[in-house]
Amino acid sequence: MGAPDPAPAGGGGLSRRAALKLGMVGVIGAAVGAGSTVAFARMVRRPQPRYRFLSDAEASLLTGICEQLIPRDDVAGAADTGAVDFIDRQLGGAYGRHRQAYRAGLESFRRTCIQAHGAPFQDLPGDGRIGALRSIERGEAPAALWGEPSQRDFFSMVLAHTMQGFYGSPRHGGNRGYASYRMLGLNYPQVLGQNRYPKA
Amino acid sequence: MDPRHVNAVVVGAGAGGGIVAKELSEGGLSVVLLERGDWVSFETHGQDELLNQRTTVLGNAYGPDDRSPRVCETAPGKWAVVMPNEGGYANNAACVGSGTVSYGAMAWRYMEKDFRMRSTYGAPEGSTLEDWPISYADLEPFYEKAEWEIGVSGDMSANPFSPPRRRPYPMPAFAYNREGVMLEAAAKRLGLHPFPIPMLRNSVPRAGRNACIHNRYCCGFACPNNAKNGTQNTAIPAALATGNCELRTNSIASEIVVDDSGRARGVRYFDADGGARYQTSDLVVASGGAIETARLLLNSKSRLFPNGAGNRFDWVGRNLQGHAYSGADGLFEEETFDDVGPGATIAISDFNHGNPGIRGGAALCNEFIRPPYGFSGMRPPGAPSWGKAHKDYQRRYFKRSVSIRGPVQEMPVFDARMQIDPSVRDSWGIPVARLSGSRHPHDIEIGRQMAARAEAWLKEAGAVTTWTNLPGLGLSGGQHQAGTCRMGNDPKISVTDKHGRVHDIDNLFVSDSSLHVTNGGFNPALTIMALGFWVGYHINEAWKGGKLG
Repeated sequence: MGAPDPAPAGGGGLSRRAALKLGMVGVIGAAVGAGSTVAFARMVRRPQPRYRFLSDAEASLLTGICEQLIPRDDVAGAADTGAVDFIDRQLGGAYGRHRQAYRAGLESFRRTCIQAHGAPFQDLPGDGRIGALRSIERGEAPAALWGEPSQRDFFSMVLAHTMQGFYGSPRHGGNRGYASYRMLGLNYPQVLGQNRYPKA
Repeated sequence: MDPRHVNAVVVGAGAGGGIVAKELSEGGLSVVLLERGDWVSFETHGQDELLNQRTTVLGNAYGPDDRSPRVCETAPGKWAVVMPNEGGYANNAACVGSGTVSYGAMAWRYMEKDFRMRSTYGAPEGSTLEDWPISYADLEPFYEKAEWEIGVSGDMSANPFSPPRRRPYPMPAFAYNREGVMLEAAAKRLGLHPFPIPMLRNSVPRAGRNACIHNRYCCGFACPNNAKNGTQNTAIPAALATGNCELRTNSIASEIVVDDSGRARGVRYFDADGGARYQTSDLVVASGGAIETARLLLNSKSRLFPNGAGNRFDWVGRNLQGHAYSGADGLFEEETFDDVGPGATIAISDFNHGNPGIRGGAALCNEFIRPPYGFSGMRPPGAPSWGKAHKDYQRRYFKRSVSIRGPVQEMPVFDARMQIDPSVRDSWGIPVARLSGSRHPHDIEIGRQMAARAEAWLKEAGAVTTWTNLPGLGLSGGQHQAGTCRMGNDPKISVTDKHGRVHDIDNLFVSDSSLHVTNGGFNPALTIMALGFWVGYHINEAWKGGKLG
């Protein structure tokens, strides 16, 4: 694995990114401007969203998806160890270019479950959830429910990000308690100099 | 105020530029070394699998950042802006030392035939395959300088295909890790000639730096122990120690100023605060890597060279090459993982040349340690990629796999190229590179043969499941990018002469992988370094009485 093959670019480009950045600046500006007791009272009364980008409903659906992609067995799975928190956090940073894909894709996913499988994802039986995911992975869900991103692109994006959350460094929000490293039997963090010297 | 005049400006503090800056400043020239990035260290990102030079899903640990976009052709006539951590960008690190901070540090000499590809094999249709204007023998003393001054551990006594050398390596070779031991026995049973990979790492303490501690995460990461040798801890400090070289970091070169008589006058750049600066000099060396050097030349328009410096015959930016990596993966019953990093220890050079029906080939090496996220993508065709089956596979095989890969020597293609994008500019307002074209189909044929060799080797070593990995036709480049300002004797079909001097601009030089006519079946770092010594030597030879002869 050296020089990676060029892949088609994610589209979008500068203008959308720039617009997103401007949007964020706007929010921060508003918060600073409203630093008053009135705003504080509102904060106390209203339940605050748990996530930075995802709505609670989106986060709940994504949690269900992550539970299937890397399920819990005798050790924790992706959802147990912060994968959704990881993804949400990155959507405010390195995954910024994927925000619209999550927003639109999760909505298409939700509607696919109801229209093609008869119930919200979380209410499907275990087999039903796996079946729903598999149909989207293969691009077999009703085409009318999917635009941009395509169902296959959405699936592979969420799969990659879930893997990154579960197997990446805990400092990014996933892999809580080094769960995946424990599962693989990797000592971590590495202690420099320990068991690393070559045999004479 | 613009800075005082110097003898030489070197643009880019990587493998080529760092060395040429050292050679010139030791030769007594006053040198300004411009680097677009900054000093980096292990402390910043540590061993983060998602944020390093190899896996960039959360960004580029070693630069550049999103201030430096590029444009890629995603389908014929369709262009998309890409960021440095996205596929297709073909990134090289932007920091002091560039890729030599975080590389895997394989220290290959190209073989004699690698310099004579056209006369050995003939060019396939659709390829600009050519011989280098210099031979292996010309470069041999400079390979030796690179091995001794930068620091290589190796032993070629078991490799009968190794090109001749006058002097052994300065440090003993590294021992094989567990994979290496398994593969050595298997290779010998197959009648092959395995040997330890030469590495730009200290196998013993040397030059005031530590010996390697066999860190798990090495390739893609800065070394926590300063045992990996790049220009950032060898040539560049040596250049600075002469008192003749000033390194300016976070400095973005925008243009080489070429006057109406066709001489380079200096370099325009933006300093760390974004201020426009003009550094005048007696000579200029472009060492930004194959894409950025070509970009700088093409962005340097003048009366005599309205299409860019050195671009009279439209060769700048063309023949962009990398390596069409090919190989195979295997799963084993017994544990293969011993956590002795960086993991790549063993190679064979049996298939670099002399293969039936193909031109050249590749060295085959066992891979660097596959970290957990990377391993999640290492699956035989058709294997489930998620769910319970994914998790079971990770658990069962994470410590029971071996990968073999080879950097297939590519056939240069005239239309595999970087150009200047007509509209997109970076944060400094400089027109960016746009990349287009594809690999030559012959690369895939070579890759198929190399992958079959790798798979047979794994099977002999006891793999119970094996599968091959083949390259696609997508444009090459990336960390092994090369070829965009090839050296040659004929100015009509090359950009520089055999000393790296740009045809028609007597005081403008190139010193990086842009010069490579072909890119060898090996990782290119040591060759880039050797060329740095070569170009630096010839500039010093031409520098007489305070000016360039």
